[in-house]
Amino acid sequence: MRNILFAVAILLAGLGISSPYHFQLLTFIGIHTLLALGLNMLMGYAGQISLGHAAFYGIGAYTTAILTAHFNWSPWLALPAALFLAVLIAFLVALPMLKLSGYYLGMGTLGFGMITYVLIREWSGFTGGDSGLVGIPPLEIGPVSLSSGRACFYVVWGTVVLGFIVCERLVNSRVGRALRAIHDSEQAACAMGINTAQLKISVFMLSAFLAALAGFLYAHLVSFISPNTFDFLTSIRIVTMVVIGGMASIWGSLLGATLITLLPEWLHIFSDYEMVVYGLVLMVIMIFLPQGLTRGLLDIYERSKRRAGVPSTTAKG
Amino acid sequence: MQEFLQYLFSGVTNGAIYAVIALGFTMLYKSTGLINFAQGEFVMLGALSMITLWSGFELSLPLAFLLTIAGVSVVGIILERLAIRSVRKPHPIVLIIITIGASILLRGVAMLGWGKDAHSSPAFSRNEPFEVAGATLLPQSLWILGIVLVIVTALHFFTRGTLTGKAMQACAINKRAAWLLGIPSETMVLLAFAMSAGMGAVGGILIAPISMSSYDMGMTLGLKGFCAAMLGGLGSSWGAVLGGLLLGILEALGVGFFSSSLKDGIAFLLLLLILYVRPAGILGARAVHRF
Repeated sequence: MRNILFAVAILLAGLGISSPYHFQLLTFIGIHTLLALGLNMLMGYAGQISLGHAAFYGIGAYTTAILTAHFNWSPWLALPAALFLAVLIAFLVALPMLKLSGYYLGMGTLGFGMITYVLIREWSGFTGGDSGLVGIPPLEIGPVSLSSGRACFYVVWGTVVLGFIVCERLVNSRVGRALRAIHDSEQAACAMGINTAQLKISVFMLSAFLAALAGFLYAHLVSFISPNTFDFLTSIRIVTMVVIGGMASIWGSLLGATLITLLPEWLHIFSDYEMVVYGLVLMVIMIFLPQGLTRGLLDIYERSKRRAGVPSTTAKG
Repeated sequence: MQEFLQYLFSGVTNGAIYAVIALGFTMLYKSTGLINFAQGEFVMLGALSMITLWSGFELSLPLAFLLTIAGVSVVGIILERLAIRSVRKPHPIVLIIITIGASILLRGVAMLGWGKDAHSSPAFSRNEPFEVAGATLLPQSLWILGIVLVIVTALHFFTRGTLTGKAMQACAINKRAAWLLGIPSETMVLLAFAMSAGMGAVGGILIAPISMSSYDMGMTLGLKGFCAAMLGGLGSSWGAVLGGLLLGILEALGVGFFSSSLKDGIAFLLLLLILYVRPAGILGARAVHRF
């Protein structure tokens, strides 16, 4: 039901908006939502951290960019290639990595993100190095080119709705319950007969899949990519979106992505203070509201109501 | 041979610096079980403060050295008091995100304070380079090795020989039991943070004359220090030194015989490899506690 409302809202928004600037902004929010959604599945539900998620975003973007711009593939052929490559790499990375957890996993994924960034920058014959890769063709369906602001908007948000539906179904299934069990106690989950290693690898691959999908969309919508879009700060930005929106909350990803995308637009002097603000936001939220903004604020609201002697009506929600 | 020796010299020099950074990680991990993702930013702060105090304000070398270490240690203490101690749920993910946040914050502050340009400081002494079997050895390298040696020895005697050092070890083994025996365990954690930050500052001071320093150098150096610590075995001081030297030499050889663009990749590949093959590290005896 919520998803239908969401889809209708997107449809109406697409019809109602006319300014190209707004379309562009919303398109980026959509792409960031996909990224945050993927990482949220990993961080929020499986309790595993990834500090190198921009790597999968970059792998998706660069694979499709190289295949379409250098080898003249159709984007629709490049899409499965990009997704397959990202998922394959995620599998290979996850295999050793998810034996680890906590700090080791954080450092390992951080190192993986750095390697990917270095490779993209140094392998300039294919990737264009620091100066970036130009001439990525826009998406096309038959004779219709999806290069207008409105078309991009619909493509991205259509994907977001699909992603939401898939993830929501997943979270409410046996797999989702198993994931939450891993999050709470891996040993207990293991003792209950959950194949924790396999499940963690699958979620890691799913989140890489979503990130690569976001990268694919980004490459074709912007038609120019450069390594800096996929650097360490991007990985942190995705983590910030998940943390702000609330871990283990699908709709929180949307909120987090929206806030983090809009903040720099609102504050134009923000650019130099970006890192200071991100750092403070991450620290303050994690110290005071480790459940994330949405859940944390709801908790505070309920606690204050209880303290005031008013019986809570939303205790079960 | 001469070429090999030259690479070895530069490898050992860099390796000694990685070793100091690794010691910072080890120090904190041993007493609190925490990995500080902002460790690299302490190195960056150390390097930039040293450059400002020594070349900018023209303080004498020992004074600038001590002031830098003291200043960065205070930053470490503030981090512990304000951020780490107030955490309600000390879950690794929460602590990782907090220290990552601290790292981004420190980096942002450094960018505002020192700008985006890279700085460097002159060498500690202005002697001529030495010739050893046809390879050049910079006096700065001797300074670095000497200082690292002094620190490692001092640290060894501190943990083995002094009451404070033993109290810190007791806290690491069992915080509550140490507390019951009258050891102020919170002060010990604070001390561990200060020492670990100070160690990072020393790494920064040492690196300032031999490479360009800028606000964004911390993450790479921090990761390399962590890699060195993992390589030798997290929690072992001698392992940190061994890991640092090994990483420095491998990096120098890789750059010398293969390609200079590979330099940063080597450390990370090594990190992934060690995490996969032997998470306990070379000198780490016990299996890694995987939280």
